[in-house]
Amino acid sequence: MPDIAENVLEVRNLKTYFYTHDGFELPAVDGVTFSVKRGKILAVVGESGCGKSVTAYSVLRLIQKPGQIVDGEILLHTSDGQTIDIVSLSERSDELFHVRGGLVSMIFQEPMTALSPVHSIGNQITEAILLHQDVTKAQARQITVDILTKVGIPGASERTGQYPHEFSGGMRQRVVIAMALVCKPQLLIADEPTTALDVTLQAQVLKLIKDLQADLGTSVLFITHDLAVVAQMADEVAVMYLGRIVEQSDVRTVMKNPRHPYTIGLLKSLPGVSTEAERLPSIEGTVPSLTEIPPGCPFHPRCPYAVSGTCDVGGPPELQRVAESHSIACVRAEEINGK
Amino acid sequence: MIAAEPLLSVRNLRKFFPVFGKGFFQRRVGYVKAVDDISFDLMPGETLGLVGESGCGKTTTGRTILRALDPTDGEVFFRSNGETVDLAEIPNRQLKPLRPKMQMIFQDPFSSLNPRMTIGRIVGEPLVIHGMAKGSELTDRVAEMLVKVGLKPEHAIRYPHAFSGGQRQRAGIARSLIMHPSLIVADEAVSALDVSVQAQIINLLEDLQSEFQLTYIFIAHDLSVVKHICDRVAVMYAGKIVELAKTETLFADPKHPYTQALLSAVPDPDPDVKMNFALTGEVADPANLPPGCSFNPRCQYAQSRCTQSIPPLREIEPGRWVSCHLLDEPESPPSREDDASGPKPDND
Ligand SMILES: Nc1ncnc2c1ncn2[C@@H]1O[C@H](COP(=O)(O)OP(=O)(O)OP(=O)(O)O)[C@@H](O)[C@H]1O
Ligand SMILES: Nc1ncnc2c1ncn2[C@@H]1O[C@H](COP(=O)(O)OP(=O)(O)OP(=O)(O)O)[C@@H](O)[C@H]1O
Ligand code: SF4
Ligand SMILES: [Mg+2]
Ligand SMILES: [Mg+2]
Repeated sequence: MPDIAENVLEVRNLKTYFYTHDGFELPAVDGVTFSVKRGKILAVVGESGCGKSVTAYSVLRLIQKPGQIVDGEILLHTSDGQTIDIVSLSERSDELFHVRGGLVSMIFQEPMTALSPVHSIGNQITEAILLHQDVTKAQARQITVDILTKVGIPGASERTGQYPHEFSGGMRQRVVIAMALVCKPQLLIADEPTTALDVTLQAQVLKLIKDLQADLGTSVLFITHDLAVVAQMADEVAVMYLGRIVEQSDVRTVMKNPRHPYTIGLLKSLPGVSTEAERLPSIEGTVPSLTEIPPGCPFHPRCPYAVSGTCDVGGPPELQRVAESHSIACVRAEEINGK
Repeated sequence: MIAAEPLLSVRNLRKFFPVFGKGFFQRRVGYVKAVDDISFDLMPGETLGLVGESGCGKTTTGRTILRALDPTDGEVFFRSNGETVDLAEIPNRQLKPLRPKMQMIFQDPFSSLNPRMTIGRIVGEPLVIHGMAKGSELTDRVAEMLVKVGLKPEHAIRYPHAFSGGQRQRAGIARSLIMHPSLIVADEAVSALDVSVQAQIINLLEDLQSEFQLTYIFIAHDLSVVKHICDRVAVMYAGKIVELAKTETLFADPKHPYTQALLSAVPDPDPDVKMNFALTGEVADPANLPPGCSFNPRCQYAQSRCTQSIPPLREIEPGRWVSCHLLDEPESPPSREDDASGPKPDND
């Protein structure tokens, strides 16, 4: 038995920037550090635009111009004891091909990113299977029908000949989920996998991912903004704001005893099936654009705990440990307590 | 105030898509009954929620009402300037001046925004098409709308690819609201947004509603959002409305077994309250429905009559409609068995 690392994925100080044609540098992901434990689910949550998808794309090296990974390390520790340094792989290497769709697969937030409009649903999945698995065409077709049935496509064998535009939004999303699961990846990156699904199907798909985790030991990087889904799925949670991780801990701590003011605000904005309030509470203000990130703590203009002279000067606060496996990037970390 | 005349009356609306067989001649072998006999009224200023399984026909219902799709059958009466027209049958020439009055906010912001146009042009395009603003007035109105949805005036010169999903969704909302329409079909309009931004957009939609007497058909999967924003809710299953009631009534006491299953699958934000994965079985296939009630293969209460005849949508009490054979006899309505699986009040 080779020595298998405890983490399947380690991301260290990742920086992915975009360069606009009018000369701006957008630090979409700006020094992100996290790891996914083998066999566990790490959820990444945060405001829209905070860099969740860009982080996921970086891990698969799918960042395209005008974007670029400018710094950091992404290490994939495979179950046979190898370590792959993803940032250093060359674009056309066999290793990168093996990573994408083999070792690591991704459920895209926008199903049409992963689907071709001009090929039938069935052919697209069958192709993916043939690329990464050693099976015959007939076997691949059977696997396709099985996986489509599993993700809840009714009449799967009759519908394999149909095209994406003939499927509803949620059905397309299930096709993409099927495609990601079919190659039994070691790491599954799920970018908002159930946002387009109704709650009963969501339950079914979440169960499918949980089963995959339990049966095959698949590790999952689960991106979502649905805090209830986080509560039900995650082992650990990382909260992002403006390209940085501001809080990270186990799911119970983050949901029940959050300590970063942004996390506290997020949990307060939950509409909650039982909230009768006329207006939903929300975090004051809007997310600043990446061209004008405030000095000091990037959250300070919206933070009810901000202290001038402390929070609005210098660089962004470092992620620091406040308890056993609980980290927060806040100048006032020691004083603030969620409940 | 809610006026007495409905803004919209949908009657027996149907939208079927043909299914073609394999092989050279591509014979039509059946239909996907995406929308199958839907009727409801919508009052001005009201918000009607449309919820149900993915693929049950919500988007198709919305698009058919707005005549983005031609209906297979049925009527869609729409009131505009004191006159009532049947959107389902009027010719395109008459439809065009009505288009600004009815807008859709889309589910998929990625494919609905033209990648070759700046956000400013996308948002302002309806004003240009209908010749309602140009020059600096156009720029000003676009900027004002962008700010209203939480974007910035300087975003106007950027292209959609430079925005995240949530930001694109805001741009889509700005585009739909810029004409000050009277009817808006919001199809998963806030689904891509995280909770704090979602709360802002919902508050915005509510503010605009009271300011301009907007009427919403609100399609969503997130039941907590539906509960917050909607006056009434229609639950769809396999192309039909199976339950329609006031929001509070529906959430407090769902009658249709599918509605009950749906509500019990809402995940709880408390990690110690375990989720219910109960509703299993195959998702309904609108191209191949079982005889009788479409929900019968998955219904724990199903009886022999459920496989024999389609239960009609009946008004079991004023304003409360359900289609389930169990409610044919008022003595034995199904009640929710385990309230424990339902949503919890948050009492901290
Ligand atoms: N091609 C691009 N060009 C310029 N900026 C980009 C590009 N792609 C992404 N960005 C910027 O990077 C930031 C992060 O985007 P990302 O898609 O990762 O957000 P997200 O957290 O996934 O949001 P959402 O919840 O809305 O999906 C955004 O501000 C976005 O504008
Ligand atoms: N252009 C089309 N051609 C053939 N079938 C279609 C077409 N558009 C939709 N359908 C079918 O009609 C049914 C209803 O689709 P619709 O998009 O209305 O569902 P929905 O309730 O909006 O689902 P979701 O929640 O996933 O968005 C689905 O079975 C879908 O496959
Ligand atoms: S009609 Fe019968 S099968 Fe349909 S939901 Fe009611 S009890 Fe279940
Ligand atoms: Mg994203
Ligand atoms: Mg839809």
